[in-house]
Amino acid sequence: MGKPARDRVPAVEQTGEDRIAAAFALRSGSAALMPYLMGGFPDIATSRAIGEAYAANGADLIELGVPYSDPLADGPVIHAAGTAALRAGATLDGVLGVGEALAGRVPVVLMCYVNLVLARGADAFAQTLREAGISGLIVPDLPLGEEPAIADACAAHGIALVPLVAPTTTDERLALIGARARGFLYAVSVTGTTGERGSREQAFGELLARVKAQTTAPVALGFGIATAEHAAEAAGAGADGVIVGSRLVRAAAESDDPAAAAGELVAKLAAGLIR
Amino acid sequence: MTGRGPLIEAGVEHRFGPYGGQYVPETLMPALDELETAWVAARDDAGYKAQLGDLLRDYAGRPTPLYLAERLSELAGREIWLKREDLMHTGSHKLNNALGQALLAKGMGKHRIIAETGAGQHGVASATACALLGLQCIVYMGAEDCRRQAPNVQRMQLLGAEVVSVEAGARTLKEAVSEAIRDWVSSVATTHYIIGSAVGPAPYPALVRDLQRVIGDEARAALLERTGRLPDRVIACVGGGSNSIGIFTPFVVDADVALIGVEAAGEGLDSGRHGAPLTVGGRAGVLHGSLSAVMQDADGQITEAHSISAGLDYPGSGPEHAHLRDSGRARYVAVADADALRAFREVTRLEGIIPALETSHALHYALHVDGDGSQRDLVCLSGRGDKDLAEVIAQDDDA
Repeated sequence: MGKPARDRVPAVEQTGEDRIAAAFALRSGSAALMPYLMGGFPDIATSRAIGEAYAANGADLIELGVPYSDPLADGPVIHAAGTAALRAGATLDGVLGVGEALAGRVPVVLMCYVNLVLARGADAFAQTLREAGISGLIVPDLPLGEEPAIADACAAHGIALVPLVAPTTTDERLALIGARARGFLYAVSVTGTTGERGSREQAFGELLARVKAQTTAPVALGFGIATAEHAAEAAGAGADGVIVGSRLVRAAAESDDPAAAAGELVAKLAAGLIR
Repeated sequence: MTGRGPLIEAGVEHRFGPYGGQYVPETLMPALDELETAWVAARDDAGYKAQLGDLLRDYAGRPTPLYLAERLSELAGREIWLKREDLMHTGSHKLNNALGQALLAKGMGKHRIIAETGAGQHGVASATACALLGLQCIVYMGAEDCRRQAPNVQRMQLLGAEVVSVEAGARTLKEAVSEAIRDWVSSVATTHYIIGSAVGPAPYPALVRDLQRVIGDEARAALLERTGRLPDRVIACVGGGSNSIGIFTPFVVDADVALIGVEAAGEGLDSGRHGAPLTVGGRAGVLHGSLSAVMQDADGQITEAHSISAGLDYPGSGPEHAHLRDSGRARYVAVADADALRAFREVTRLEGIIPALETSHALHYALHVDGDGSQRDLVCLSGRGDKDLAEVIAQDDDA
């Protein structure tokens, strides 16, 4: 029996934004670790097990990706995993179920392309996230200028709408985006799609300095961060959070025991961040 | 003020009614602003206009002829005027846009060009413009389209372009566009993306329309000069919708002229295997950076299109078309694979013109669907069909 909706939400609700802020605060002085999970890859149950392994091995937050037919911001590894997830029957509701299960352990931030948000309607989408206990939303194809309706819906439901900035973002745009950031600001470390790359410590530092000058929100660095060394470089360069995606998705794809393989990698990444 | 704020009034349309917009990764936003600024300057720049005008006339063969097809007229029971974009250099209207954007890119100091292609016509046009202007050219093309439009792959390679075969999804135009956008996200500092249709994030739908409206401007002026009156209907095929928006645009103000866009019904609208999002209607969605009519499932996943013609095998549509549809100014219909094939053969035999399979959809509509009392149709003969011979002959063998 489901409880009436009004009983599910406590009178003084801890919002998604609050949960995210607490997770970053816990790691102040170092960097919060936010592994990326492709929801429904290789199937719903296994993706949930991978997420639980993330949480058990040092993840401070989890970025949960919703597989999408046309992921323009993703490189080949995450694109292929999303395609496989959809072929295996993953749906938005199935992935939200994974998010709901994981949200009891760590704050979950959903990464979802804009058409999936619009298809459900911005307000209904944000409400669904709140009901699933999901804390934040990242929409990689929703730049400044297109965000107001979705930002309003997220604000109304206590969901942190996390914007992205890139090395190509001008300082003028950085200031506007930084002021609108909720939860944290996602700094894309490279001019490119998601995927593993070599050491980029210097570029990390330049980008972080520019971004942090324009926002009071925590700044998490992602795209191209694959190893404990990269994670440590990012933290050393001033990142408040580190997001690791393709490396973990690849580990899950290549292993007979995806949860164990992913958990082991997350433990190494966590060890690379001085705690 | 937002990042794009100062440009809106002096720039180009970002929205057509509710449609359009810029739904792309943040990485690309400065490049879209830069492109809009460059286009707004170029379109009023005497030097750019003269250079493009000379190239379109002396190199590309504009103005293209307007031809009263008497044998088709006899068959249809009304005048059928063909705007002969098939006679343009490279064999389709695509060069209007490719030349204009390649010149613009060169002016912006971007010497690496990427393009997507479905039927290969835009890829060939881009490769041609890049050969002429000394620019590097990479063309993304679905693996299935590489197969069914093999002659165009060879043409692009001869012209010096690198053709990248895209294996994702249904391996057709949608995936080619996605892959081109991914390239651009990684290469934006040095690269210009010549999008081939009136789709994509602003400013592309307006930019491509501005470069293609020469089709309609010429046709309208030629008809008036030769006959003193306008057509009753203007008919063009719609994939993303660049030849159609090009021929429609000057007629939008002529309220008595019906505008009809012909999409691909593929194996039938009920089969789900078609490329007719404007005709079918339903909830709008975002594909390739703009909000418009798209084929999608209940979650919002974009579904695969199907058409015998690679250029119409696309689940999206240009945002201005969606607005023209909603406002009632244009009407969108769909023609099936089998009917397009029949029109392909008919027009070849009756007029000695081998039309592209894309164009054959519009020709079928003009020749075989009730004309609503029209006495005079203007049809955009958007491209020639040499590229389609192998595919058509294979269909004959299957029959």
